[in-house]
Amino acid sequence: MDGSDYSWAAKAGDVFHSYYEIPFYHLIVELALVLFIIKILMSKSTGSPGDETPLTEKEMQKLIAEWTPEPLVPAGAADTEPPVPVITSKVGKYVTVNGKECLNLATMNFLGMIGKEEIEDAAVASVQKYGVGSCGPRGFYGTIDVHLLLEEKLAKYMECEEAIIYSYGFATVASAIPAYSKRGDIIFCDKEVCYAIQKGILASRSTVFYYNHNDLDHLVELLEKQAVEDRKNPKKARVTNRFLVTEGLFVNTGQITNLPRLIELKQKYKFRIFLDESYSFGVLGECGRGLTEYYNVDRRNVDMIVGSMEFSLGSVGGFACGSSFVIRHQRLAGQGYVFSASLPPLHASMVIKAMDYFDKDLFSKLINNCKIAHEALEAIDTITVTADPLSPMKHIRLIENNSEEALREICNLARDNNLAITVASYTSTEIFKKEPSIRLTVNTELTEEEICSSVKLIEEVIHQYTSPSQDISEDS
Amino acid sequence: MPPEERSSEAFDETEEVFANNLDSTTNGHLPVNEKVFEPEVEYDETFEDPPFLSIMSAYLCLFLLVMFGHIRDLLRSWGFDKTMDTSEFGNKGFVPLYNDFEAFYTRNVYQRVLHYWCHPLAGVPGANIEIWDRKFGSFNENIRLQDTKRNYLNIGSYNYLGFAENNGRCSEETIKEIRSRLGTTTASPRSELGTLKIHEELENLIAGFLGKDACLVFGMGFATNSMNIAALVDDGCLLISDELNHASLILGARLSGAKIKVFRHNNMKHLEKILKTSIVEGQPRTRRPWKKILIVVEGIYSMEGTSCNLPKIVELKKKYKAYLYVDEAHSVGAMGKTGRGICEHYGVDPADIDILMGTFSKSFGAAGGYIASNKDIVAHLRKESHAQVYSSAMSPPVARQILASTEAIMGVDGSGEGQRRIRQLKENTRFFRTELQKRGYILYGELDSPVVPLLICSIARLCAFAKTSLANGLAPVVVGFPATPILGARARFCLSASHTREQLQWLIDLMERCEPVLGLKLSSRHKQKANS
Repeated sequence: MDGSDYSWAAKAGDVFHSYYEIPFYHLIVELALVLFIIKILMSKSTGSPGDETPLTEKEMQKLIAEWTPEPLVPAGAADTEPPVPVITSKVGKYVTVNGKECLNLATMNFLGMIGKEEIEDAAVASVQKYGVGSCGPRGFYGTIDVHLLLEEKLAKYMECEEAIIYSYGFATVASAIPAYSKRGDIIFCDKEVCYAIQKGILASRSTVFYYNHNDLDHLVELLEKQAVEDRKNPKKARVTNRFLVTEGLFVNTGQITNLPRLIELKQKYKFRIFLDESYSFGVLGECGRGLTEYYNVDRRNVDMIVGSMEFSLGSVGGFACGSSFVIRHQRLAGQGYVFSASLPPLHASMVIKAMDYFDKDLFSKLINNCKIAHEALEAIDTITVTADPLSPMKHIRLIENNSEEALREICNLARDNNLAITVASYTSTEIFKKEPSIRLTVNTELTEEEICSSVKLIEEVIHQYTSPSQDISEDS
Repeated sequence: MPPEERSSEAFDETEEVFANNLDSTTNGHLPVNEKVFEPEVEYDETFEDPPFLSIMSAYLCLFLLVMFGHIRDLLRSWGFDKTMDTSEFGNKGFVPLYNDFEAFYTRNVYQRVLHYWCHPLAGVPGANIEIWDRKFGSFNENIRLQDTKRNYLNIGSYNYLGFAENNGRCSEETIKEIRSRLGTTTASPRSELGTLKIHEELENLIAGFLGKDACLVFGMGFATNSMNIAALVDDGCLLISDELNHASLILGARLSGAKIKVFRHNNMKHLEKILKTSIVEGQPRTRRPWKKILIVVEGIYSMEGTSCNLPKIVELKKKYKAYLYVDEAHSVGAMGKTGRGICEHYGVDPADIDILMGTFSKSFGAAGGYIASNKDIVAHLRKESHAQVYSSAMSPPVARQILASTEAIMGVDGSGEGQRRIRQLKENTRFFRTELQKRGYILYGELDSPVVPLLICSIARLCAFAKTSLANGLAPVVVGFPATPILGARARFCLSASHTREQLQWLIDLMERCEPVLGLKLSSRHKQKANS
């Protein structure tokens, strides 16, 4: 307060001093100007009273009384709720759905970690030592020694400088993207990326360009377009960060990204690569290190790899790894890391234990099962299969009359025959609408016979579902 | 707010506006009904500014800090000072990843004091904690964990009811859950094959506990906020948010696409003004009426210890036909006679609050969050909430811990343990707050709030406080700029039912002993009282 008073006084002094020095005609001109301004102001205030008379209190009350808001959610949502299957057993190789024991080809327990007794032992030991919750964010007494141990182990396994763990898989990539990409930055992104990435991009408020699924030529087109823009405005281009965000293995299509080509483009167009390996970590590559190992490229070319601990590791949470230069920043800027309670120690202990099971044979068994399932599914002529042969997630769609109701009915029929499969679920707010599909998931615990008989069962069930309608059409 | 303002007259007035309104039930509002809970207290909250000298010294210290930072940066660029920055691989000619200010602050401020945070615990975050010793390089780089640990009094964890424990009924139940019932995780979202029997059991119990029709649980508290608001409001809606709302609420609001307006912390006049002008003026540019208006507040603000003025907010919400979303992350379990949160504390009917949100990572000693509301809203969220559709379900052991602790709070388990803890927490809170206030410290928040921020004002003093505390076996949370305003550096004490009176007395004595060095008694109000 005092400081500002002083500065005003000083300013006034300066003004006075300057008036002392200027010629006299200058003062006359300025005086005329001041008079002119006063005249303008006066004329405006005496102008006609237009529409801008403020509302009276009564009028405002009337407007408020008239306003009728929409209901918070559409009325009657409770009546149209689709029944969700309820599970009453462990979700392992077998699962009891609505009281029926089924072979499980629906959950993403790729390596069969769920239900392993030693991992459960680790969880129990952890509860006995640390309790369940951590009761605080990482900064404020929520860091438990197992968190540090796990971060070290993940970094070592991924041969990276540093890893950071989050308490929720979805929040990992959704927090990591806005930690770096800000308003004004540019993100190039595949159209079929998972919902978490879409939300992360939205949270970053960056400009986003979506390229067609796995179509890197389209990406080059977009990059070239941007390069032209940059040449027009080099000043802005010098402070605009560019990122490429994509998934290693797309959960929505089961396809694999062409990483070597992306790295080539990275050097040419100077963007950083964030690779979401939530579904490819522990799946692709000889030792399950994901896409970088699968293509045998230098992992340091990818600026950040994001993984999930919820699928192949059979626990809860997610992680990001890369150079310390990149990753450490999230410890202050990753919202889901800074502002959330840390991962319950029992989940961290489970991951530490689960990583001991990582083994080349396990990964080759998974890939083998994926190939078997793919081959068997391709042989069915009433469906299309969207997935890479190496992907454990296979999207199945009916060639004729593919609809969500039909697929749900097929899942129910399969469940009656002791096979659990599920329709991939989406909300209505996906940026690019998704064609409904059954997402079949393969894991290491299945034998070749089980896969083949399951696929056969699916074929029969589809036939069973489609044939009655065929009968009718033949009759008419 | 003075108590007389909250008399029945205020409610009558609301009813009048309601009478104007064609259909008062379209908004999901219920008419003013009989009080479900008896109010425990009237709304009362004060903020005291630090004295002028403290403000000056805080600015001076920040100025010195920034100046030294610049000098060191200069020395670094000339090669005289060691640089601790890590570097990128390759990426030559790329735009720098971090902006200058961020990097400057991390390098010259955070890097120098980072040893006051992220302490690695060696066990349960209960009343006493064991922390592993760490060794730091001379620039706080290269942190190495030692194999020795020390004991501290934990006054930093959000363990309000003391359910963070590794023995007792809760952890026994959790272990049983892992061993014999539903295992550890699902690897599938709720809407696919991730809905377990235990989720339904938990949702029914929590809905009953809070006095709501239905409930939905999520695997992460932060995500409960950030991923559900978008399913409630969107483009064309208005979201009115308290300026000190938690980051998760801000993120959720941003993701929803609704227009966001912010009112000053707990300032009901400002809130009313925004409500009034917003309805009158309609949407910006198009001037269409708003589709709906959602007020978002927290029960207890985690950094301020203050609670929202719920009776007044409910009154305003009814008057202006807005919807209300209350985040009870820190208040559920910790407030109210039976732990039912801020509604019970102020005697507000839970039916008057459209959405009650809370987390399980604090009072319940677990992880995750919930949304309790009416049947329609919960059914809608089940379909449209991102957390239900895309991320894996809450894990069974965590769900069991919540079930067991809720049963204890509700007294279903028959031990009376929950009720004892709620009483203990309240006693601890009142004792601790009155003792500190009496001694002339500036505390934020109301008498029953277990989050007790102690205003320290300057960053240097904050670090001195952290250093002395840790050296004496006390583990507090210290927070400064940018998490608080520049002059708002504070230590935060989170009280717990597991603290004993002796422990709190010891803590107060410790602060009294350190007072000559630290000088934390900033309250001038107390001095005036002592003089008069």
